[in-house]
Amino acid sequence: MELKRVVVTGLGALTPIGNTVEEYWNGLVEGKSGAAPVTHFDAEKFKTKFACEIKDFNVTDFINRKEARKMDKFSQYAMVASDEAIADSKLDLEKINKLRVGVIWGAGIGGLETFQEEVINYANGDGTPKFNPFFIPKMIADIAPGNISIKHGFMGPNYTTVSACASSANAMIDALNNIRLGHCDVIVTGGSEAAVTIAGMGGFNAMHAMSTRNDDPKSASRPFDATRDGFVLGEGAGAIILEEYEHAKARGAKIYAEVVGGGLSSDAYHMTAPHPDGIGVVAVMKNCLENAGMKPEEVDHINTHGTSTPLGDVAELKAISEVFGPHAKNININSTKSMTGHLLGAAGAIEAIASILAIEHGIVPPTINHSTVDENIDPSLNLTLNKAQKRDIKVAMSNTFGFGGHNACVLFKKLD
Amino acid sequence: MSDIASRVKAIIVDKLGVDENEVVAEASFTNDLGADSLDTVELIMEFEKEFDIQIPDDQAENIATVGQAISYIEEAKK
Repeated sequence: MELKRVVVTGLGALTPIGNTVEEYWNGLVEGKSGAAPVTHFDAEKFKTKFACEIKDFNVTDFINRKEARKMDKFSQYAMVASDEAIADSKLDLEKINKLRVGVIWGAGIGGLETFQEEVINYANGDGTPKFNPFFIPKMIADIAPGNISIKHGFMGPNYTTVSACASSANAMIDALNNIRLGHCDVIVTGGSEAAVTIAGMGGFNAMHAMSTRNDDPKSASRPFDATRDGFVLGEGAGAIILEEYEHAKARGAKIYAEVVGGGLSSDAYHMTAPHPDGIGVVAVMKNCLENAGMKPEEVDHINTHGTSTPLGDVAELKAISEVFGPHAKNININSTKSMTGHLLGAAGAIEAIASILAIEHGIVPPTINHSTVDENIDPSLNLTLNKAQKRDIKVAMSNTFGFGGHNACVLFKKLD
Repeated sequence: MSDIASRVKAIIVDKLGVDENEVVAEASFTNDLGADSLDTVELIMEFEKEFDIQIPDDQAENIATVGQAISYIEEAKK
C-alpha cells in the first residue's frame, strides 16, 4: 500500500510571546522573551516567582461566557488556537466530509487548575463532597479535542496523546500516520497546556526542574549557556492543520510544508533525568530520518527540545553530533524555549510551527540569552545564538522529549 | 419580587448565560433555558450554597423550572 503524502495547510498559535501566529513569529524573529512575574496566583512564597504566561488574553473575546466557564484554560487555549488554524486553512466546513476530519491533540497534564480548585474547595469544607458536575469533564486531558470536534462537527478519530512534554509531537505523528494510511483527509492537531498554577509551579519547583532566576526572569531561559539553571514554565497552545496532499491540492489550499516523517523512542532509564549518553535521543532522530526516508545530510535546521536544564541540553547536542556526524556543524540548531519558555504538552506544537515558519520565511529564530560558553558543548555547532539567521531551509527537524523518557521527533520539508 | 426569587434568578442568569427577561417562573431549565443535565446539577448545588440548604437528589429531580426552584427554597427557608 502506498502511503499518502501529508501537508500543513493551517496554523494557529496562542503563546507567551504572541497571541496569533503572526505575533508569535514576529516575537520569535525579534528574540522576544515571554517571561515575567506570575500573575495567575500569588507566587511570593514559591521558589520560582515568574513564568511565561499568556498576556492580554480575554477568553470571552473568543468564547461566550457560558461555554468558557465549562472549560479549563487548557481547553480554552485549544479552542482559540484551533479556530485560528481552521480559519487559516480556509477549509470549507460546509463542503468537506466531516467523517474524515479528525482531531488528535496533545496535553501533558490537562485541566490542572480545575483539579486543584476542586480539591482545595473540598479541603476547605466539612468533608461533605461538593464537587462541581463539570469538574471531571473540564479536567480530563481528552476534553480539548472533544470540544473542538463538538464545535465544528468533526467526526473522525478524536483523542489526546499524553507523553508529558512530547505530547503534541506524539499527536502530530499520529495525525501524520492516520492521513498517510488513508483514514482521514484532514486532522486538526497540536497541543495545549495551562500549568502555571499553584500545583504546577509547586510541583516542578519540588523537582528542582525550574529556573529560580527571580531577579531577571527575561534572561532565565538560557538554553546551552553555561549558567542555565532550569526551564521556565510556559502555557498556551499551538494548532496545525494536517491534510492529505491531493485533498489540499484539489481545493487550491496554501501549503506551508510537507510532513515527511515522525520518530518515536524511549530512554527506558529514569522517571525524569535524561540518559547521559542520550541513547534514546539518538534513536528517535534516527527513527525519524528512516521514517522519512531521508539522509542526515539533508537536514538544515533542528528546533531542539533545549529546555535550559543542565543535563538535558548537553545530552541532546551530543546526540545530534552522533546522529549527524560532520554535518552537525552545518545545521542551524536553536531552542525557541529561550523565548517562549516550556509549554510542556504544547511545546511540540508551537515548536513545529516555528520550524514550519522557518522553512516558509527562510529565517531561523534565535536561541536568546546566551552569554557564557559551556565547555561541555561542541563549539563547532551553530546554535543560532542571540540573533535570527537567514537561511534557505528545505528540511527542518523538531525534537521534543518528555518526563518518563518519551522522545518524539518530526521532520518538515519544503514542498518540492 | 422576593429576595429569594431575585437571588435564584441571578444564579440562573450567571450559570446559564441567559438574559434576565427569559428567567420567568414557568421557564424550564432544560427546555427553555438551554441547560443540559450537568448544568442542572450545578444549579442545584449553587442554590444549596447560596441559601445554605440541602436539596436531596430525589427532590432535586422535581425542580425543573424557575418557579419550582423558588418555591422549594422559600419552603426550605421557612
